[in-house]
Amino acid sequence: MLKQTEGSKAVAEAIALCRPEVICAYPISPQTHIVEALGEMVKSGELMPCEFINVESEFAAMSVAIGASAAGARSYTATASQGLLFMVEAVYNASGLGLPIVMTVANRAIGAPINIWNDHSDSLSQRDSGWMQLFAETNQEAVDLHIQAFRLAEELSMPIMVCMDGFILTHAFERVDIPSQEQVDAYLPPFDPRQVLDPAEPVSIGAMVGPEAFMEVKYLAHAKQMQALELIPQLSAEFKKVFGRDSGGLVRTYCADDAETMIVAMGSVLGTIKDTVDEMRAEGHKIGVLGIVSYRPFPLAEVRAALMNCKRFIVLEKSLAVGMGGIVATDVRMAVTGTGLKGFTAIAGLGGRPIPKASLHKLFRQAEKEELPPVTFLDLDWDAVNKQLERERQNRHSGPIAENILHDKGIVSAKFG
Amino acid sequence: MSFQPVKFYQTGTLTVGNRLLAPDERSVQANQMRSNSINSGHRACQGCGEALGARYAIDAAMAESNGQLIAVNATGCLEVFSTPYPESSWQVPWIHSLFGNAPAVATGVMAAMKVKGKTEVRVVAQGGDGGTTDIGFGCLSGMFERNDDVLYICYDNEAYMNTGVQRSSATPPAARTATTMPVGAEPGNVFGQGKNVPEIAMAHNIPYVATATVADLRDLEFKVRKAMRMHGARYIQVFVPCPLGWGTASHDTIRMARLAKETGMFPVFEAEHGEVISVLKIRHRLPVEDYLQPQKRFAHLFGKHAHPETVARIQAIADRNIRKYGLLSEESS
Repeated sequence: MLKQTEGSKAVAEAIALCRPEVICAYPISPQTHIVEALGEMVKSGELMPCEFINVESEFAAMSVAIGASAAGARSYTATASQGLLFMVEAVYNASGLGLPIVMTVANRAIGAPINIWNDHSDSLSQRDSGWMQLFAETNQEAVDLHIQAFRLAEELSMPIMVCMDGFILTHAFERVDIPSQEQVDAYLPPFDPRQVLDPAEPVSIGAMVGPEAFMEVKYLAHAKQMQALELIPQLSAEFKKVFGRDSGGLVRTYCADDAETMIVAMGSVLGTIKDTVDEMRAEGHKIGVLGIVSYRPFPLAEVRAALMNCKRFIVLEKSLAVGMGGIVATDVRMAVTGTGLKGFTAIAGLGGRPIPKASLHKLFRQAEKEELPPVTFLDLDWDAVNKQLERERQNRHSGPIAENILHDKGIVSAKFG
Repeated sequence: MSFQPVKFYQTGTLTVGNRLLAPDERSVQANQMRSNSINSGHRACQGCGEALGARYAIDAAMAESNGQLIAVNATGCLEVFSTPYPESSWQVPWIHSLFGNAPAVATGVMAAMKVKGKTEVRVVAQGGDGGTTDIGFGCLSGMFERNDDVLYICYDNEAYMNTGVQRSSATPPAARTATTMPVGAEPGNVFGQGKNVPEIAMAHNIPYVATATVADLRDLEFKVRKAMRMHGARYIQVFVPCPLGWGTASHDTIRMARLAKETGMFPVFEAEHGEVISVLKIRHRLPVEDYLQPQKRFAHLFGKHAHPETVARIQAIADRNIRKYGLLSEESS
């Protein structure tokens, strides 16, 4: 059913249609509206049978999900940013135990400095945690990916994060097609766990494992993600049959066939990028887009195939590997190893810094001419940076960095140009 | 040929042998149908109080729940010695997740049972004092506060034994651990620190809080069975001496536990909804020296460089426990 609704509300409705049995909630912006909506549905009896548990931390949220999943219940939680980091030990544990938990990550920056706005630092910090990660471009895709995520997780008995840009998607009202319960039931069978705690058939889960078996367990986690590379396109195709629309998959291209310059990105910024590409195409630029939906597993072959025919690419990512450069860019370069393709990295939008079309036009034109340094920081205020660097050179006790920069910028000039 | 005469009473104790009791009054452990929840072959040290406590506690919980039990375990000695891969001593469904999250994992298991309508299946979480009073404390308090239907059992041996005997918030004053060495002006663990988790549990007004020791296993069984007949969050802290960490003889585990109780160092009581409803009275009141002296972790308080003033401070703690919980009866002497 078509609805004009908030992203979080739409995702909550999609989750409810997936018949979760245990939901654990701890508040952190910008995922709060999702669990709030689910909590109301459970309390009113609209979503049942389902246990909704208000826990005391994200660490507890993931731990409750671990217990519930191991006991055979379809388990869901949502988090972001510091919350994801606070639960990290349990995040690794859930994947290590092979528990198919689904978690929404409403992507948000990581402090310090504390910042509630969107970038991809949080979930990307968990790239090696053993969780799969799918990135939604729109709220429609966020809805669809959650439904596919339960299938995928439970087929493989591995957990999955569905990542959607905090505020940009979670708090945006737009038209979303919410599927019917019949459609979701036809697509998603009841949870049939691979392992379960059951007094009728006692098993021990979570034993101490030494060098004799640890590597095999870890390899199997990798092997499952390799299986996911095959399963994700299948589930996407099956989704289209039931729901009638394209959603998910490993990667998606736009205007890529004759593109000499390709822009690689994840999440909602793909919309702005496509608009910019449309405008540049109208002016005759041979430019195209590669959107990565599945960040983990990372589709090396598909990324390579999508970039094979271009002359250069630029990875525009909302994340930073401090001391190195790009995080997504590293994986993309791995995919094109040996092709001799020229690749650039643009770090953009950290902590919610807007990514306007004007800046993208400039960036893409420079990329076309191969006039970019290997790593570009889009719209970085070099004056502010240099002023602080000078302050540090002058004064051993230059004080807290963020406060100095804010002071330099002043309240009025902090507005975005 | 040597032989032992049969005795119906254990000489010098007040313990009556099981065989003199009616069958329905006998202990769970005396019953051949006991579940052997944690089976033989595990790798606990000789004289391990925790292995003994866990065996009695979980078998009692199994008996009370008619075998419908799921156990959640925090990281620690109990987890490590019971499940060296691919062996497991557990005859019950058992899960270990992390050091600090056993209460929350148990909540999850409980929620799954509830949502699936398997209300007959009960959940027990267990951990050592480090996993309970320190790193797992946030999750424990959360589970208490929500009054989740979980029995949490803490096996308290007063330090992080699994990692090599480091101080926890359950380590008593003056005790030597690897991180509170017997050096300096005030050797051993400092006074005035530490956490009384049974009392903190009571402050959550949960249905049931109890302490027990492995010196009185019938009392432990009784409290576990009673707790299992109740619903909501329940907490039992079992005092389990650790020969390795304390520097005591492995055959002295039960004696040390009894001395802790008889000196007033470890008050044994039950509380319902935040109110103490019963205490196990001291039978023969003893000075704390009797408890401290056999333990190498307190060796620096005695001998050539004795610290009688420190022993007096520990005695004051025991005296306060005795006053506070009313541990003396007319029989106590």
